[in-house]
Parts: sequence; structure tokens; C-alpha cells
Amino acid sequence: MNHSISLTVNGARREFVLDDPRVSLLDLLRERLHLTGTKKGCDRGQCGACTILVDGKRINSCLALAISHDGADILTIEGVARGDQLHPMQAAFIAHDGFQCGFCTPGQIMSAIGMMSEAQAGNDPERIRECMSGNLCRCGAYAGIVDAVLDAQAGMDEANQRRSA
Amino acid sequence: MKPFDYFRPGTVAEAVVAAAQPGASYLAAGTNLLDLMKGGVSRPDRLVDVTHLDGLDQIERLADGGVRIGALVSNADLAHDADFAKSYPAVAEALLSGASAQLRNAATVGGNLLQRTRCAYFYDTASRCNKREAGSGCDARDGENRTHAVLGWSENCIATHPSDFCVPLVALDAIVEIEGRNGRREIALDELHRLPGDTPERETAFEPGDLVVAVRLPPAARGFAAHARYLKVRDRTSYAFAVVSAAAALQIENGKIREARLALGGVAAKAWRARAAEDVLRGVAPTVAAFQEAARRALTDAKPSGDNAFKIELARRIVVRALSLAAAGTPARIPALPASPFASTSGAIHA
Repeated sequence: MNHSISLTVNGARREFVLDDPRVSLLDLLRERLHLTGTKKGCDRGQCGACTILVDGKRINSCLALAISHDGADILTIEGVARGDQLHPMQAAFIAHDGFQCGFCTPGQIMSAIGMMSEAQAGNDPERIRECMSGNLCRCGAYAGIVDAVLDAQAGMDEANQRRSA
Repeated sequence: MKPFDYFRPGTVAEAVVAAAQPGASYLAAGTNLLDLMKGGVSRPDRLVDVTHLDGLDQIERLADGGVRIGALVSNADLAHDADFAKSYPAVAEALLSGASAQLRNAATVGGNLLQRTRCAYFYDTASRCNKREAGSGCDARDGENRTHAVLGWSENCIATHPSDFCVPLVALDAIVEIEGRNGRREIALDELHRLPGDTPERETAFEPGDLVVAVRLPPAARGFAAHARYLKVRDRTSYAFAVVSAAAALQIENGKIREARLALGGVAAKAWRARAAEDVLRGVAPTVAAFQEAARRALTDAKPSGDNAFKIELARRIVVRALSLAAAGTPARIPALPASPFASTSGAIHA
């Protein structure tokens, strides 16, 4: 039996016909939309490489059935920059060497963006490490990742203050 | 993953009818179920997706002073609800000590209660497991079992229930509201999960079609807010299941304990309420000596199920530490490393 669902992906409304309910959000993004920035690491919810925002919240897209998320608003790494202007979190990862091989990086950045909107970490490195523990980095770039998150957060806080001043 | 049919019911009643059919399983966030299905451990013929049902995602303050948590409230939303966290701090800390931020955003209250054990032999379909396949045997019994049960286990199964959330909930007398084929009923959370005995494949008191619609905390649960902690020892400080955990909650009046609540996690097939320990704390001063006696009582019936005798002494020490932290007072803010004995917050009396 075919199922029709609609999703908003990076701002664009998309309709899908699923001939099999088994497809995960991760596989739908990669194989139907060719948005391969979202990575398939463990495919079991352990590594965080597949992290995306669904309705503004970070989740593991490998453990989410596409069919169950009918109507959802999805943001992937491909949707965070504005044209050629990188998202501040992307720029901070580059500035602080927050990666080595880069495989976990889209998930790390999406997780960090999600974490900022959760507003739980503040500028406490220990809290950032705890709040980012769902994203593994086999290269061990954690020190750079924490620095990048701290920096991006400080920059965005400052920008927000300027806007509201 | 085995193919399955997908059904999205419009009402709770429709969901119950659909899920009561043989081979059907409820789907909430799926953070545990999809993992089990990918591994061939769970093989449902039909998924009944309850995530689009209305009215199950509210946190309601009840007129009697209790709280009612809808089954579809996410772990993150519940833990970060300021009023909830203030009233039930050990519950919030337990939620934040579990899984990762991504999983907490997805995982639901109802799903947390019904998650399956993380026993490696249950997950490995090449191993014998009485829980996965009744009567097949238990490879954990002579296997890698340092994290397995020390209380309430049987020769048929030594698995533990992995939930952090359930531990303070059991301590605070949580009630589970269930919609089933014969309508609405409720049971104490303490009676939801069964010990393995001869039937480890029967994990809960649920009948086919039963759906968790809410979890309720009674009015008295709020009375422990000033002295409540959850403490969890794990093999790594974040994003790991408990080796041993404890929820401790006290009411202290005029230098004496008026009432104590204590439950242990990671030690049995259910969150383990330690009523004998609570009894010895009633009416005495909150001293380390009293907490040590409580810890001794809590583990009186414990016995190793393998290479895990260390968990019994560890549990005693965690009990003393959790009670000491609770007596010192609930901190204004949950520590950066929730429930960690290595958190930088002071106040611990070393056992």
C-alpha cells in the first residue's frame, strides 16, 4: 500500500509517495532528495551523524520513520547557510578546526544549532560537552568543537544584543 | 527490517482496537523500537502510530496538587518544564541523565516506560534469550554479565530495566493511566514491570492493545521537592545507561526525617523500590549512620547473577551518597553533568 506524505525540507514543501513504510527520514533525505550532507554513521541512534532539526528540535533521523513525520518542518545542513554566507556555527567550526575528516561535522553543526535554541548550555564548556554527547567524533576533534560552539554562541548573543539595542 | 503495515489511528479507541490484533505494536517516537526492528529483535507485522493522536502531549497540574503527564510528552520537554522540574527535581535530573539530547527530544514518556532491556544477549539474535524467545535459554547467565541484575532475577533471566525516568517515578508512587479493550484503568508504576520468574518474556502487566495515555504523580510527590536527588554511576559520564543508580527523596522537619523515598535503577528488571530502607529512615535524624543502615536494608536480598558482585557494594554506596545529597538539599540548578557522582557541585558526604 502506498502512503503519501508531505514535508517542508529547508523551506521548500515536498510531497512524497512511499511504497514502503520502512524508510527513515535519513534515507528519504539522502536517497529521494539527494541531500547527502546528513550522514549515515551507525544507523542505530548512537553516533549523531544523522542529526537534523525536526520542527526546530534536533533528533536522530536514522531512528525516525518518514511516514510518521508527515507534515514536519525539516532543516538539514544544506539549509543553514544563506547563499554563500555560512551559518555562524559553520564559520566557527572552520575557524576553530572543529573537525578533521569531516564525516561527523554536519551532525555536529546541526546538533550545536539545536542546542543553542534549547538554551541549556550557556557558556559553560562542561555543559556544552554534556549537551553535545550525542555526537561522536572518531577523529577526536572535541576540543575544537567546544571552542567553536562557545565562539559561535558568543557571536550570536552579541548580534542579538545589537539587534535589540 | 521485516516489512510491516502502517496504520495511523484517528482516536485512542481506534488505536486500541488496532493494536490488540496479534503481531501489532504501538509506535511512538520509535527510538528504541526502530533500533530493535533494525536488528531483527522486534518483528511486528503492523505498527500503530500513536504520535498524531490529540491530547496526549500535555503536562497538567491537577486540582488536588498532583500532576498528569501525557504519554506523548517528550523527555526533554518534561525535564525542561520549569514548574515540573522545580516540583519534581529528581525526576527532571533523571531524565536529563539519560540518553543524548537528540534522543531526549524524540523519546516519549510512555515509550520510556515500555523500552526494552539493553542486555546484549537480548539484542543479539544469534544468542539464546528467554525474553526474546521463551524457553530458548539465557546466554547472559554465563556470559558478559557485569552490568546485569543483582535483585529480583531468576535463572531464566538476569536482565535489567534500563530506564532512569522510572526510578524517581517509582519512588514517588507514580500511577500509570492505561486505555485498553475494556476501557480506562490505572495501576501503580511499581506494578507495571514484572520480575522475570519463569516467564521473562512477559515484561509488564499489559494486555494486548493496552496503551499508556498518561503518568500521574500523586499530591504527596510534591512534598519532597526540597530534598530530592537522582544519582547514577555509568561506564562513561554522559550518554550511557546506569550501572547502578538511586533516587532519594526526603521530607525533613525539625532535624528529623518525616518521610523517605528510595528506589534503585540498573539492579533489576524494574525500578526497585526500597521500602525497608524507607522504613528505617522514618523519624530519625538524617545522618550518615542512618543512611548506611538504610543502604544495608535496601540490598539485604541482593545476590550476584554473574561477575557483578561489585554492584551490590556500589549500590550501597550510591544509596548513602544519594541520601546524603538529598539531605543537603536540592540544588538551585541541575548540575552540568546531571546525576553524575563526578559533578562539581559540592554537598556530597563520601560513603
